[in-house]
Amino acid sequence: MALSSNHLLGLQGVSKEDIQLILDTATTFREVLERPIKKVPTLQGKTILNLFYENSTRTRLSFELAEKRLSADTINFSKAGSSAAKGESFKDTVRNIESMKVDMIVVRHESAGVPKYLTQISNASIINAGDGRHEHPTQALLDMYSIRERLGQIEGLKICIVGDISHSRVALSNIYGLQAMGASISVCGPSTMIPWEIETLGVKVYNNIDKAIADHDVLNVLRIQLERDAGVLIPSVREYHNYFGITAERINKNNPNVLIMHPGPINRGVELSSEVADGPFQIILNQVTNGVAVRMAVLYLLGTKPEE
Amino acid sequence: MNIKAKIIDKVGLERTITRLAHEILEHNGGSENIVLIGMRTRGEFLAKRIQKKIKEIDGNEPDLGILDVTLYRDDFRTRLKQPEVSVTDISFDITEKDIILIDDVLYTGRTVRSALDAIMDLGRPSTVQFCVLVDRGHREMPIAADYVGKNIPTSINEEVKLKMSEIDDEDAVYLVEVLNDQK
Repeated sequence: MALSSNHLLGLQGVSKEDIQLILDTATTFREVLERPIKKVPTLQGKTILNLFYENSTRTRLSFELAEKRLSADTINFSKAGSSAAKGESFKDTVRNIESMKVDMIVVRHESAGVPKYLTQISNASIINAGDGRHEHPTQALLDMYSIRERLGQIEGLKICIVGDISHSRVALSNIYGLQAMGASISVCGPSTMIPWEIETLGVKVYNNIDKAIADHDVLNVLRIQLERDAGVLIPSVREYHNYFGITAERINKNNPNVLIMHPGPINRGVELSSEVADGPFQIILNQVTNGVAVRMAVLYLLGTKPEE
Repeated sequence: MNIKAKIIDKVGLERTITRLAHEILEHNGGSENIVLIGMRTRGEFLAKRIQKKIKEIDGNEPDLGILDVTLYRDDFRTRLKQPEVSVTDISFDITEKDIILIDDVLYTGRTVRSALDAIMDLGRPSTVQFCVLVDRGHREMPIAADYVGKNIPTSINEEVKLKMSEIDDEDAVYLVEVLNDQK
């Protein structure tokens, strides 16, 4: 079995079989992460470029760790301190780095579509680590892996994505991926944060968090992205917390079995109360551990794909 | 794929496994410090049978683990098909143990080479001994088995297939001819 594409640009249109293959392969790497020596020689001799035009802690470290644990050589690019600051164009930067012979590029960029553009100007295999408000496929894959690990399967589950849906690439990738796996998806948030016509994706909209908690098996809670002008969409962070913040009291009252997920970083006291963020309902740090395994799976499947 | 000969039948396989179990116990002076590691997939079932046999003879059941060596293979660049990985399942500490590594067929020796790398990443065993049901020759690595069920000289165009009732419909070892385009 091999993936049907040479790149991972998003989960839109990705088949259930491909997602299943990635999640099953991740199980193998999850076991590797429990070993005393957490490293396998599989990608020896491959060079991977981490091209990060936007800030990131988790995703970047997670990818870098995944690459190192597969024994690949990695080079890192970040916008700050690079020639991009001297006015070099994106295309020239990539062409120049590629002349140093890289096999794969992990890219994060503030503009949607950059990973797709990269496939046209580079021969490397491209992995999207987040592009603008478009997609963040590896985050959705690790969310799916974590759900499957905890609840056994994804098919038939009711999953609600809570928060700033309109600014979120995690939301879109989650919707595509989870729907492909047979879950039914809703979104919940203030109307200003729900994109118009999101129902056309087959998604139900909730404006009441108590009802959303009561009706779902899993809540994937997004961060309120204040750096992306989320502040203009809500009167105040405190008001957001009062209406949409998830607290232990709300969970206990509506659905004590609900599973809480969060892609991080958490704004404590905004989308989650500290009690929930550290409490028994959540698997947030599991998600981070699983992220390394899932990224190893994606790198393995793309990096060892036989040439046609 | 043409079957050329049935090399070992059900009774023969049972006898061979019994002898291998005795040899392992003789060489290690009992089953106290040994652990069995079967290599996916046929080696896994072979290891389970040997484990059962050792228990019958010695009364003590050695630990059994399953090793998947896909991630340690040396042929990622040359293969036409992507190998499927599965999970290594070794739930005990191998440090200072005598490991009996078990596989169905010994051929080029490359799989055993990767298995040794994989084992070293799991800990530092006292010894690693290799037990194989069929040695068919054509080694490409300096590797030899400690316990051999049967030596079967083969040509490059032949393959040795082990069938085990756990996943196949019978217990037997066949010599088959493989046409070049099926390789």
